[in-house]
Amino acid sequence: MIIQTPDPVLEVHDLTVSYARKPVLWGIDFTLPAGSITGIVGPNGAGKSTLLKAIMGLIPLSSGYVKLFGEPLDTVRNRISYVPQRESVDWDFPVSVLDVVLMGRYGKMGLLGNPGRHDRDMALHCLEKVGMSAFAKRQISQLSGGQQQRVFLARALAQEADFYFMDEPFAGVDAATEQAIIDLLKDMAAAHKTIVVVHHDLQSARTYFDWIVLLNMRLVAAGPTEQVFTEVLVQQAYGGRLNLLSQVGDLMEKREFPAREN
Amino acid sequence: MENFLTFFSFSDPNVRYVVLGTILLSASAAMVGSFILLQKKALVGDAVAHSVLPGICAAFLFSGTKSIPLMLLGAFTTGWLALVAIDYLTAHSKIKKDAAIGLVLSVFFGTGIVMMTYIQQSGNAAQSGLDHFIFGKAAALVGSDLLVFSILAMVILITVSLFFKTFALIAFDRAFAQALGYPVRRLDLLLTSLTVLAVVTGITAVGVVLMAAMLITPPAAARYWTDNIRRMVLIAVLFGTFAGLAGAYISYVAPAMPTGPWMVVVSSLIAFFSFFFAPRRGIVPKLYRQRKNQRVIAEENAMKVFYHLGEQGGNFTGQHNLQALMGQRDMGAANLRAALHRLQAKGWVTVQHGQWSLTDDGVGKAAKVVRLHRLWELYLTQYMAIAADHVHDDAETIEHILTPELERELEHQLGYPDKDPHDTEIPKG
Amino acid sequence: MIAFWIILTGALVAITCGLLGCFLVLRKMSMVGDAISHAVLPGIVIAFLLSGSREPLPMLLGAGATGLVATFLIAYFHRRAKLQTDAAIGVTFTFLFAIGIILISAFAGQVDIDQDCVLYGEIAYVPIDLWITASGTHLGPRPVYILSSVLLLVILFITLGYKQLKLTSFDPEFAAAIGISTSLWHYLLMGAVSLTTVSSFESVGAILVIAFLIGPPATAYLLTRDLRQMLWITTGLGVFIAFTGYWLAYWLNASIAGCMAMVVGVCFLAAFVRYRVTTGAKTVLTSAA
Repeated sequence: MIIQTPDPVLEVHDLTVSYARKPVLWGIDFTLPAGSITGIVGPNGAGKSTLLKAIMGLIPLSSGYVKLFGEPLDTVRNRISYVPQRESVDWDFPVSVLDVVLMGRYGKMGLLGNPGRHDRDMALHCLEKVGMSAFAKRQISQLSGGQQQRVFLARALAQEADFYFMDEPFAGVDAATEQAIIDLLKDMAAAHKTIVVVHHDLQSARTYFDWIVLLNMRLVAAGPTEQVFTEVLVQQAYGGRLNLLSQVGDLMEKREFPAREN
Repeated sequence: MENFLTFFSFSDPNVRYVVLGTILLSASAAMVGSFILLQKKALVGDAVAHSVLPGICAAFLFSGTKSIPLMLLGAFTTGWLALVAIDYLTAHSKIKKDAAIGLVLSVFFGTGIVMMTYIQQSGNAAQSGLDHFIFGKAAALVGSDLLVFSILAMVILITVSLFFKTFALIAFDRAFAQALGYPVRRLDLLLTSLTVLAVVTGITAVGVVLMAAMLITPPAAARYWTDNIRRMVLIAVLFGTFAGLAGAYISYVAPAMPTGPWMVVVSSLIAFFSFFFAPRRGIVPKLYRQRKNQRVIAEENAMKVFYHLGEQGGNFTGQHNLQALMGQRDMGAANLRAALHRLQAKGWVTVQHGQWSLTDDGVGKAAKVVRLHRLWELYLTQYMAIAADHVHDDAETIEHILTPELERELEHQLGYPDKDPHDTEIPKG
Repeated sequence: MIAFWIILTGALVAITCGLLGCFLVLRKMSMVGDAISHAVLPGIVIAFLLSGSREPLPMLLGAGATGLVATFLIAYFHRRAKLQTDAAIGVTFTFLFAIGIILISAFAGQVDIDQDCVLYGEIAYVPIDLWITASGTHLGPRPVYILSSVLLLVILFITLGYKQLKLTSFDPEFAAAIGISTSLWHYLLMGAVSLTTVSSFESVGAILVIAFLIGPPATAYLLTRDLRQMLWITTGLGVFIAFTGYWLAYWLNASIAGCMAMVVGVCFLAAFVRYRVTTGAKTVLTSAA
C-alpha cells in the first residue's frame, strides 16, 4: 500500500540500489509531505540506512531518481541536513563538542571561509536546545552515547535546514535523551521542517511518527501512520524475505549481471 | 645457457645450498603467510620483517662474530617484541592499528640502522657482509647455516600441518573458534611466533626490507586460483618456491644483483598475472563474463523485437527489415546487426534479401523471454506492491537471468497466470 | 655550521611529514604513507638515469609519478580484483621498491645512489650540496631550499583546507552530504604526502620519512585532545627530535636518520607512559565498577 501525497517535498522514484551487483533495494517508490515526521521502519538488513544514504547521494543508484523540493539534491543541498549513525565516526577524534557543532555551519561558509562570531553563537544556541551547553568545551571522547547523539543533533540544527535525515538517532541512547530528541523533532515539525528517521523499534514507532515507510528490501507500504501501520502490513514487512527475490539477487551477484541493462 | 645448466645440475655445492635454502625459506614463508593474509594481517608481517634487524645487530655486538644461530635468536627476540608492542599499543591506548604498525616498524628498523652503522664504524673486520641482511644475498648461504634453516623450516612445516585446521578456523570465524573453546589467544601467539620464524629463515637470502613480500605476495596470488584453503596454501608454496628459485638463479648469473628484490619482483609478476587472468576471480575473465552477459541481453532483446512485431501483426515468423526492427526498439544499429548474426549462427533467425525473420526454434526462444518478462512484472505488482507502470524497467533486466527453476517457482507462486499486469497475454512455456 | 644545516634539514622534514601525518593517522591511513615512501624509489632512479644528474625537478617529477602509480595500483587491485586492502598495499609497494633496488644494482656505475642510502638517506651530506649562484655566492645547502618550499606549500594547503581536511577525516559521510568531495580531499592529501616524501627521501631515506609521518603525530595524539594542538605539538616534537637525534648520532658515531627514528620511539614511549598513567587510573575504576 503506497499512499502518495500531493505537493511532496521528497519524491523517490523507482529507486534500485545494489551492493556488488546484488540489489539490496528494489524499485522503491514513495513521496512525503512537508512538515511530517516520517519513520523508516523494517527488520535488520531491510536496507533502511541504505535508503537514506541513497537519497543523500552517498551511494550510487542502479536505477531511479530522487527529488527534494522538486529539485535534484545538488541544487538544494544547503536546505538538507543528514545525521549519520553515531557509530560511523571515530569518537577519539581530537575535536571538541563545539567544533563538531560548528561543522554544521561549513556548508554555509564556502571553501575558504572560517567560522565567525555569528556561527559560534548559532552553534552555542543549538547546543542549548539539546541541553548540552555545559559541554561545549568538552572533548568528544568523554561523552556518553546519548550525549554524542545530542551533539550530532545540535550539528544538524546548526545547518538551519528545512529537511532532516537521521540514521538511527535513538540507537543506544538513554530514555531521557530519547524523549528530549523526540520533543525536539516535534517542535521542528511544528515549524514546518520535514524529518525522516530510520527507526527499528515497532513499539514507539506509532507514537513518534505521523508518516511511516515500511521497508524490507522492497517497499511494503508508505503513508500516514494510522492507515499504514496495520498488523497485516507490519507482518508483511517483518515476515521474512521474499525467497524468490533473494535468489534472483544472489544469481545477479554470481553471474556479475548488471542491475540495469545499460 | 651454460649458467643455466651449471645452476640446475646442482653440481656446485654452493648452488645446492642456495637452491635448498631458497626453497625452504620461500615454502615456509608462503605457508605461514597464507594464514597471515587470511587474518588480514599482511602489514603486520611487514613490521615483523623490519623489526628483526636490531636483533641481528645486537647478536653481533654481543658475540663479535656472525654466528647464525645467535643472530637468529636475536632476530626472533626483537621480531617477537615488535608484534607484542603492536598488540599492546592498540589494546591499551587509542592508537589505531595502522599507526602502531608504522611506528613500531620505523622505530625498530631505525634502531637497527643505528646499531649497524655503529658496528660499521667500529672497524670490526668480521662485520663485512652484515649489510647483506638488509637486501639479502643468497650466495652468502653456506652449509652450516643451511642446517639451521632446514631445522627452522621443518619446525614451521610440521607445526602448520598439525594446526592447519585450527588456524583455518580462526582465520575464517574467530568468534566461533572461541565459542568452541579453542585457546584463541595462545594460538595467535603461536602463529605470531611462526611468522617471526619464517621471517628469520628468510633474512639471509631476501633481506629484512622485502621479506614481507615473500609472506604476503605468493598467498595473495594463490587466493585467486582456488577457494579451498588447502589448495591455496599448496599453490602459495609453489608460487613462492618458483619465485625463490628464479631470484637465486638471477643473482647467481649476475652476482651484482641482490637476491631479495628479484624474488619479490618474480612473485609480484605471478601475483599480477593472477589478479588479471585467474579464471574465476581475475579482472579479464570478469570483463569477459560481463561482455557475454551483454551479448545475451542483446540477442534476447532482438528476439523480443520479432515477437512484439509478431504480436502486432499476428504472424510470429513474419519478415522484417532492419528499419522496422529498429523502429520497435532502438538498440543501436551495430549492436542489433551483430546480435542478429549471432542468432543466425544459432539457427534462431534467418535472413533473405535483407528481410529478417524468426525460425520456428527462434519463436520458442523469443516466447520464453517475453514470458519471463511478463511473469516478473506480475510478481513485482503482486508481491512487491510496485505499480504496474513501474515494473517494466526491472523486468527488462530480470528476464535475462531467470533460470528454469526460478521460472517454475515464479509460476507456482503466481498461480499459473495467463495475463500480465498490463493485461497482455503471457506466452505459454 | 654543519650541525646547524643537518638539524635544520631534519627539522624541516619532520615538520612537513608530521603535519600531513596527523591527518594520515586520524584517517587510519598511516600505512599508505609507508607505501608511498617506498614506492617513490624507482621513480627517483629512472629520473636520475634519464636526466643524468641529481637535478631536483626531474627527481620530483619521477618520484611523484611513481607515488601516484602506487596509490592508483592499490586502489585498482582493491576495487577491480577485490584484493583486500592490506594485501594490495603490501604487494604494490614491495614490488615497486624491489624494482628500485634492482635498477640501482643494474646501473650501479651510472647511478650515484647507494642501496643503503635509500633506506637511511644522506642527511650527513646535506651541507655539502651547496647552492652556488653564477657569480659564485654560496647560498647554503640546496635541500634546505627545496624542503622549505615544500613546507610552505604544506602549511598553505593545511591552512586553506583545514576545515575540509578536518571534516572529511572525522565524518566523511556528513562531509559528502554537505557537498564536500571526500575523494578530492583524499587525493589532495595523497598528492601532498607524495610531494613531501619525494623531497624528503633523498635527505633522510624511506625509514625516517615513515618515522616522521607517523611517530610525532601518534605521540601528539596521545598528549592532546585538540586537533590544532596536535599539529603544534607535532611541530615542536619534530624540531626536538631533529636536534636530539643529531647529537645522539654525533655521540654514537652512527646513522643520523637511524638515531632520529630512535628518538621518535623514545618520545612516543614517554607519551605512552604518561597516557597510561593518567588514563590508567580511570580504566581501573571503570573495570572495577
